[in-house]
Amino acid sequence: MANFTPLSAAIGGALIGLAAALLMLLAGRVAGISGIFSGCLATKNGDREWRLAFLGGLILAPLTGAVAGYALTAPQMPPGYAVIVAAGLLVGFGTRLGGGCTSGHGVCGIARLSPRSVAATAVFMATAMLVVALTRHVLGG
Amino acid sequence: MLLLASLACGFIFGWGLLISGMVNPEKVLGFLDIFGAWDPSLAVVMAAALAVSSAGYLLSARRPPMLAPQRHWSSKRAIDAPLIVGSALFGVGWGLVGLCPGPAIENLATLSPRVIVFVAAMAGGMALHDAWQRRQPAAPRAGVPASADG
Repeated sequence: MANFTPLSAAIGGALIGLAAALLMLLAGRVAGISGIFSGCLATKNGDREWRLAFLGGLILAPLTGAVAGYALTAPQMPPGYAVIVAAGLLVGFGTRLGGGCTSGHGVCGIARLSPRSVAATAVFMATAMLVVALTRHVLGG
Repeated sequence: MLLLASLACGFIFGWGLLISGMVNPEKVLGFLDIFGAWDPSLAVVMAAALAVSSAGYLLSARRPPMLAPQRHWSSKRAIDAPLIVGSALFGVGWGLVGLCPGPAIENLATLSPRVIVFVAAMAGGMALHDAWQRRQPAAPRAGVPASADG
């Protein structure tokens, strides 16, 4: 557990929770990123503005992060574009079918004790761990 | 005001992902890799996030939102097949690259071509789902509004 960073994890996590709490208290909306993003894509949707504003803030954060010592550089991703496209398709299709992602189910849904969100979080955590176990330890890596 | 509040919430959320390191897919994969050099940080992130968000949600359950006419949250309770299958598909994609929607969109700020392709494919997957749903004639989910749970 040499990479374990409990302090920054707790501070960052509290900020994520604060953002979710404020979005509900102020705007009455769930801070589920897949739902906010897919609502931007829908053609006939009258409430696109607040979604774009939220996603704008999300993208703005790392641009200010550079000033405060939290510069964000291009993340390490698989070399092959086929894997990236397949993963993106699965994340998009899966979060729409399942009604949420790590934030919508994992943070917001569990916060209000939704049994659906507890089940969804258990399933996507387990399958993601299985895939990482297969790709890193079975198929070599 | 609503737009400014949404922008601020997205900004705070983004800072949370930055400080916790969850914006970095390698860090997330370190959590998912339970048979490797396991990094439990993501569990701490979720616990801290839940502590704050559940307090906020308790408060919000007692009053209407300050800047909007009503609260939008799902009243669905049943654990059904679409929930399980969808979450499993999402988990496979998440495990392949280490990016879920929030960090993926935040990483667009780096202008990395791989991130842009990932987010475009994610949007494609969502569009594919919606097109497929529209082709189901009398499916029970046909009338479900856009963002079901989150």
